Amino acid sequence: MEPVLRINNLQVTYYTDAGRARALDGVSLTLNAGEKLGLVGESGSGKSTMALAMMHMIKPPGRIEEGQVIVGDTDLTTLTKEEMLKARLEKITYIPQGAMNSLNPVMRIGAQMVDAIKAHYKSPSKAEMAEMSMDSLESVDLDRSVFKMYPHELSGGMKQRVCIAIGILLKPQVIIADEPTSALDVVTQRQVMETIDRVQETLGAAIILIGHDMGLMAQFVDKVAVMYTGRLMELSTVREMFTNPQHPYAQALISSLPSLDNKGVFQGIPGLAPALLRLPSGCAFHPRCQHTTEICTTMLPRLEQMEGGRMVACHLYTEQV
Amino acid sequence: MSIRKVIERLLFLVVVIWTASTITFFIPRISKRNPIRERFGQLARTGGFSPDELEIIIESYSQKFGLDKPLWEQYADYIGGIARLDLGVSLYQYPKTVLELIQEAIPWTLGLLVVSTILSFIIGNSLGAVAAWPRAPRWLRSIATPFILFMGVPPVLLAVFLLFFVAFRLKALPLGGAYSIGVIPDQSLEFYLDVLRHQLLPALALIFGTVGGWVLSMRGMGVTIQGEDYVLFAEHKGLSGFTIFRDYYLRNALLPQVTGFALALGNMVTSGIVIEQLFGLPGIGTVLYNAIKANDYLVIYGVVLFITIAIATLMVMVELLYPLIDPRIRE
Repeated sequence: MEPVLRINNLQVTYYTDAGRARALDGVSLTLNAGEKLGLVGESGSGKSTMALAMMHMIKPPGRIEEGQVIVGDTDLTTLTKEEMLKARLEKITYIPQGAMNSLNPVMRIGAQMVDAIKAHYKSPSKAEMAEMSMDSLESVDLDRSVFKMYPHELSGGMKQRVCIAIGILLKPQVIIADEPTSALDVVTQRQVMETIDRVQETLGAAIILIGHDMGLMAQFVDKVAVMYTGRLMELSTVREMFTNPQHPYAQALISSLPSLDNKGVFQGIPGLAPALLRLPSGCAFHPRCQHTTEICTTMLPRLEQMEGGRMVACHLYTEQV
Repeated sequence: MSIRKVIERLLFLVVVIWTASTITFFIPRISKRNPIRERFGQLARTGGFSPDELEIIIESYSQKFGLDKPLWEQYADYIGGIARLDLGVSLYQYPKTVLELIQEAIPWTLGLLVVSTILSFIIGNSLGAVAAWPRAPRWLRSIATPFILFMGVPPVLLAVFLLFFVAFRLKALPLGGAYSIGVIPDQSLEFYLDVLRHQLLPALALIFGTVGGWVLSMRGMGVTIQGEDYVLFAEHKGLSGFTIFRDYYLRNALLPQVTGFALALGNMVTSGIVIEQLFGLPGIGTVLYNAIKANDYLVIYGVVLFITIAIATLMVMVELLYPLIDPRIRE
């Protein structure tokens, strides 16, 4: 199958007074149509930076240094500013964590959908735009009357659905969902995830789900990518990730999930994630890793393909190969 | 907003006006000064009545103004008068009524204060909004800074500076007055231009003195709003920078400023009274000033009551208009 999203060696740097912080360091990914990828990692590991970089929304002092984000056959990084405005929502879309605050409180939902359509298509009629918007609302299980409502008249789950409806308004090929269920209760979480699942299937789009909620990931995604200090540490299918993680960081992350067997005991990862301005030499995880060897402190491990197609960036495995 | 709410607000306005008029009624009664006696005492000193005659005159005038009646009856007359828009008669410019005096002065005050307040609001908020907008050109964003400097200077002091440098030294604009001496007011363009030339300095003083406040508060609001998720999501939707600025950023940042506008009109009255006096403009401020100077009680109370009513009405109007710009308080 032809991949709809290819990210090649994406690098983002923030130029601060204290020095350069590499927020995203050579990330590469491929996603096929209909595939669901979960992006996990601690806060500051580069998940959101990656979403912003894909949307071409890194703002100064940040900069995309190099790399490509190819959706279909368009390389988004080569587009002009105007072309990129058009590409948002049409090719690649971002669904924010929208329960509380992602909708303009003084505009009707309809107006906030229509202005998005207007920005992309040349002079469609009012009726057409309203029809498109209401269809989109219907596809996320909202009533057509929501079109005429204001955000404060909706519940948290409904607002999140509206955000999804706006996101899929122009039938994009790639959907980035940034913690779409945080701040929602579990029942609503499930409904929202089912909605995302269904619209994605209808569109045949690839989806990147960003989040901390491993339980949600386990249920929803096909593949999981673990990020640490702006790098991919491991990328494997969801089953392999949860049953047999390879990278020591992924292992630590999975084993720190609470379970009923050892109730009351919390396993964490010793130490703190390093500041991007003062990354440890070699593998950035080595100060917290249990398997650190000589080479880990000096050489950066490359993301290598292992058997079964999973990708791991760790010297533990490169040495054996 | 429901009809009920509107009626509620209007009833509240009536209560405010009633309270204000009651206070203006009782304060002079507390002071025990008798304006009629004072006025005729003055005349007696200069004109020379005999004391007996004076007492008779005072008595007849007290009767004429109803001051011999019991207090509650006076109060009822007074409130009734207000309901009929009858604020009484000026003691010094008799038989001109207080309402006539106010009517003559009001266009000047409205013209200067309201226009200055509106201009200051527009200029200050535009500059403040742009100053906080990161994508605006640097030079445009920095225009706002000097205006903030003027914020600490009271409009009255600015007026004195402007008068001295622009009008007195440079002779670029007239020193004062509503229009040039010798000009007869008519509807010609020439006359309006002459009036405009005379209004320019007082307006500048009022605008410069207040624009900084708008700049600062709007910039503060702007910084908060541009970090809001809906502004970011608007960008994710691929909207143009201008649309985001107008519909998502400015629209929300302006909400608290509108409330501030009503308050600013009230403050403007305070500055305006002194400024009018300084520039010799025949507005409400000057009427009040002259009335205070001459102990013309009825005019003082009339003007004070009028200002109270005007500000209270403006507040209610803003309150009634507010739901139109913020749907969240429509219920």
